[in-house]
Amino acid sequence: MTTAFNLIDMEGVTRAYPTGRPSLICFVKEDCQTCNLAAPVIESFAKAWGTKADVWMLGQSTDGNLILKDRHGLTLPILDESGCKTSFAWDFEIVPALFWLGADGTLKTKLEGFVRQEWQDLDTQIAADLKGQPAAVAWSELPEWRPGCGSKHLDPQIHDKLLADATDSPIRARRIEIASADDIAEFMYDQGFSDGLPLVPPTAERVLRMLNGTSRGAQDVVAIVPPNMAPVTVEKIAINAVMAGCKPEYLPVVIAAVEAVCTDEFNMHGVNATTMGASPVLVINGPIRARIGMNMKLAALGPDNRANATIGRALRLVVRNVGGARPGGTDRSTLSTPMKITMCFPEWEEGSPWEPLHVERGFRAEDSVVTAFAMTSGPTQIVDQESRQPDQMGGTLGLGLESMFLSKIHRMPTDALLVVCPEHVKTLISEGDYSKARLRARIQAVTARPLREMVANEISGAGIPLAMAAKMSEAHLSGLVSKFADEQNIHIVVAGSEAGKFSAAFHGWVTGPMGSISVSRKIET
Amino acid sequence: MTTILDPTDERVPVARRITPRTGDITGVVGLLDISKPRGNVMLDELERLMAERLPGVELRRYRKPTFTKPCPTDLRLQIKSECNYLVEALAD
Repeated sequence: MTTAFNLIDMEGVTRAYPTGRPSLICFVKEDCQTCNLAAPVIESFAKAWGTKADVWMLGQSTDGNLILKDRHGLTLPILDESGCKTSFAWDFEIVPALFWLGADGTLKTKLEGFVRQEWQDLDTQIAADLKGQPAAVAWSELPEWRPGCGSKHLDPQIHDKLLADATDSPIRARRIEIASADDIAEFMYDQGFSDGLPLVPPTAERVLRMLNGTSRGAQDVVAIVPPNMAPVTVEKIAINAVMAGCKPEYLPVVIAAVEAVCTDEFNMHGVNATTMGASPVLVINGPIRARIGMNMKLAALGPDNRANATIGRALRLVVRNVGGARPGGTDRSTLSTPMKITMCFPEWEEGSPWEPLHVERGFRAEDSVVTAFAMTSGPTQIVDQESRQPDQMGGTLGLGLESMFLSKIHRMPTDALLVVCPEHVKTLISEGDYSKARLRARIQAVTARPLREMVANEISGAGIPLAMAAKMSEAHLSGLVSKFADEQNIHIVVAGSEAGKFSAAFHGWVTGPMGSISVSRKIET
Repeated sequence: MTTILDPTDERVPVARRITPRTGDITGVVGLLDISKPRGNVMLDELERLMAERLPGVELRRYRKPTFTKPCPTDLRLQIKSECNYLVEALAD
């Protein structure tokens, strides 16, 4: 679209388009060979018709304009188009680009690159339109065709910035200008945007690239984020994902994670506020794990994989920056947990003999799904290098889980997320199928203790108060109670290296309507 | 200049934040002379008035080596560790 512009020529004069006269607007850049071939031709056009029309050269580099002028002895007005905003608005791809426009702004001819016949035809057309003579160009000395170069405004760095600044930009967030004397990283710390670690500055260009990771509209409201109960748009999630270090292809996972935790069931407010220090733990299932390069094997719960590390962090930044959840504010964690900075890993479905977590929870195997658990501790190791029998292995995993919160406390209506390592899986299935149901039953069986052991005593005052126990019958106190109130409190996934007999468990928070219920959301790209 | 996008819900204006005002002055107040001529005249008078009106407050004087350069890190950290408040005087 041939929009109006104000650009400064090399004499410092502002040239405003439209001029009210016929105009030949020529976009060039100095480092393009075809533009250098064309520059003397454009100069000839200016000499031929400069009295009846405005023949302007718009150069895409300030220094390059000087070079072009000297190299070719140009006298026509050369305008500084180094910002490339007009190039972006006029929407062409190749330089040289010529626009022949009537006095009323009607576009008559547009040329890109150099095709001698086209340029000669344009010469004839302009001469006819202006009732003058064609320009003095030695056409036969020029090559028949030269391809031209990509316009500078299409350079990805420049184009994204121009797109962000354009009036139809999807960016709506408040822009914060940081003075050149300020250190950007320090400024972001000062503004309270950080979880304590350095942030990637969320420039409009980066946020636009991040938004390319999803087909959802930038202004779609994804969720209401507690405690501020602030609506969070795709754009705001993208800004925080940039800061966290995410790649654009991770964005759909972050969006689904935000959706999952900002539900009444998950209760992000309670998870954030509890003095117990709970945190979302994200488990990723489905094809997206491989597509975005997540690590589900060696060190799956640890550092270094960008997707694992930054998706959980992006969720945290959304909750703290958009939702306003910060330690000392509504976050009242006594000790808190590093999981609040980030905790996200994929299940190694291919290394598991069981249905993947998301299939167990009602999704199709080919769906990509994020499941959010509210967890207070973990990953705590469960070590067993000796067991060789399947039920011994199941027994070890049960005894490992018995330590959750306090080993004497049983019949807990609290979730646990058990991450079984591949070597432990091997032992479990060494004699044939060993279902998740059997493993859950085994965990409950080996942790069954007489209720009496839960009564407060001189070793630990925690548990059933003595006064209450006094009212219970001997039979009641002798009855066996397992660790978990329900087998369904035990969630099981597989991850980790194929070497090492070390499983791990995450211990939950208050599970249920008064606390948090795990939530799965399909990841939509 | 760099422009970034606001990651928050935009309820709070973006600006340099000043330390929250408590409404009273207690502890140690530092008086920093930036070494510009006659800055000490202003600080002397301020110190006299503050000593008169805030008898419970300890006043300490500091001096930058030169007003033309930022405060040396050691001095900045010393002031931070010793003072609850700081008055920086610019005079000429």
